[in-house]
Amino acid sequence: MSLLEIDRVGLRFGGIVALDGVSFAVERGQICGLIGPNGAGKTTLFNCVTRHYTPDEGTITYDGRDILTVEPHEVIGLGIARTFQNLGLFELMTVRDNVLVGAHHRMTATNFVTAPLRLPGVRAEERRVRADVDALLDRLDLTAVADRPAQGLPLGTLKRVELARALASQPRLLLLDEPANGLNHAEVEELQDVVLRLREDFDLTVLVVEHHMAFVMSISDAVVCLNFGQEIASGTPDEIRQDPAVIEAYLGPDT
Amino acid sequence: MTWRERLRDPTTQRWLRIAVFVAMLGIALWAPFYFTPFRVFQFTRVLIFAIAVLGLGLLTGFNGQISLGHGAFFAIGAYTAAALMEKAGWPFLLVVPVALLITFALGYGVGIPALRLHGLYLALVTLALAVVTPPILKRFSGITGGAMGLNIDIPQAPAWTGLAEDQFLYLLALVAAIAAFALARNLVDSRTGRAMIAIREDELAAETMGVDLARVKTLAFAWSAMYAGLAGVLFTWTIGFVSPESFTITLSISILAALVVGGLGSIWGALLGAAFLVYLPSVADDLNQAAPGIAFGALLIIAMYVFPGGIAGLARRLWGRLLAPPRAPAPATAGASTEEGGEP
Ligand SMILES: Nc1ncnc2c1ncn2[C@@H]1O[C@H](COP(=O)(O)OP(=O)(O)OP(=O)(O)O)[C@@H](O)[C@H]1O
Ligand SMILES: [Mg+2]
Repeated sequence: MSLLEIDRVGLRFGGIVALDGVSFAVERGQICGLIGPNGAGKTTLFNCVTRHYTPDEGTITYDGRDILTVEPHEVIGLGIARTFQNLGLFELMTVRDNVLVGAHHRMTATNFVTAPLRLPGVRAEERRVRADVDALLDRLDLTAVADRPAQGLPLGTLKRVELARALASQPRLLLLDEPANGLNHAEVEELQDVVLRLREDFDLTVLVVEHHMAFVMSISDAVVCLNFGQEIASGTPDEIRQDPAVIEAYLGPDT
Repeated sequence: MTWRERLRDPTTQRWLRIAVFVAMLGIALWAPFYFTPFRVFQFTRVLIFAIAVLGLGLLTGFNGQISLGHGAFFAIGAYTAAALMEKAGWPFLLVVPVALLITFALGYGVGIPALRLHGLYLALVTLALAVVTPPILKRFSGITGGAMGLNIDIPQAPAWTGLAEDQFLYLLALVAAIAAFALARNLVDSRTGRAMIAIREDELAAETMGVDLARVKTLAFAWSAMYAGLAGVLFTWTIGFVSPESFTITLSISILAALVVGGLGSIWGALLGAAFLVYLPSVADDLNQAAPGIAFGALLIIAMYVFPGGIAGLARRLWGRLLAPPRAPAPATAGASTEEGGEP
């Protein structure tokens, strides 16, 4: 059984058909690239998986479970974490606190009664999670900026903070929305490495939206291409590179 | 090590914090035995307002929900105490849990419609709450004493303590304030506090990270209202009299003003803002006897300009400058970002 199954998912906004019967599956341990021109519906599909949008039709199954039955804040508890196309960081919080919020769902001993009283369970949990988070910060080269507010740090750093925050939830499925956007050449190369190694070390399955073709093609095991909400091709990176429909979608019909 | 490096060291900072806390506690305990009853009464008022301002700070400063109606919860705390003591003859300490429970529940109740309201709309709805409070208090005169209000006996210290009334009330307020500040600090420094701040910063991202928005926002409202309720109880104890005129819209606005002046997003700012609130009117009075209200407003506006992050923000900036090494360190990142897109 695949980890994530998108089955004939459709969603329209007024007159705009953002998703039109999209179906594909992401296998366990796979890195799956999701490409397509601007407005193709890639981010909308992410928002459906994280429950911020509810599709008009179709089903989304994660690990054999119908995801459309859970609340948006419960999605991360299933093991699905994401990053945002335009960064969704908490700007005035420190880098460390941002990443700690990623561990929110697994800190069940701390609530509005136990936290003010700082009961022993709260302290133990906080200590444990802080150790995890410090290890993640170290791994993503963020220790030096850990106590700085996110606001004002360079984009490359912020992208790593967002990645660390997603990883702090200990996900099984990681959704990355244009992780390479805005990075320079060296940073993109480094990111390829990081994603591949994170998959090994944390047993991740990754669905990644990206316009940077060299990046997607080099890390993906499979690629799905959307255009105007429809799935126009899927296959290995090599197949996709040569697919006439994909070439046409990107270059226009007359070239 | 230079003295700056020594000050930046986390262990030094920890000891410094403890030293400052012990020194402040010492001063706080010594003050009621040194100053005149009038001064001690002013300190008591600062502590009481500090609790209310802190409560609003949890909601507005940390969670990003504005309330112009916290005077209403303050009033309910005050009237619960007054009615139970005066009409039912309860001992003064017993009214505390009841008043806390009632204001917590009411705060939770107001937090539910607040989930659908943002910014200005929430400000207006809570403002309405503050506006309707005095007429409602007048209306239910069976419990509240109507426009006449209620007189209660001010709690007296047990004889063996030898404390005067003003000293006893001050110490009650001090204990309540220390508890309120300790609980708030623990809350803010926890998973739950981070969730509150995350909601203020970006609701959608917070929800994606697993924060149950409705739960955190309603409970933040409940806690915040409970703090105002506690301040109300202390108010009744110290003044010995409640009437609708004490809880007009001015009270709600004053609490918010004190929060802004003290510093949004800072725990200790609440104390500074409360001190400002208690001492400013006398300063304003000296400045312009004809129109103290206008002088008060003008001073408030000036304070907001001079200290954009509140007094607490100013203190933090000065402290940061003191600690900063002579030259700012280079940002420790893997290289500058470029805006070059990666189009195929
Ligand atoms: N909340 C919304 N309301 C109305 N229209 C929306 C909304 N969200 C997305 N859309 C529309 O749906 C279509 C798909 O948008 P989407 O953001 O998914 O594209 P994308 O593939 O992520 O594009 P890009 O590569 O530019 O990020 C677009 O036409 C967009 O305008
Ligand atoms: Mg997008």
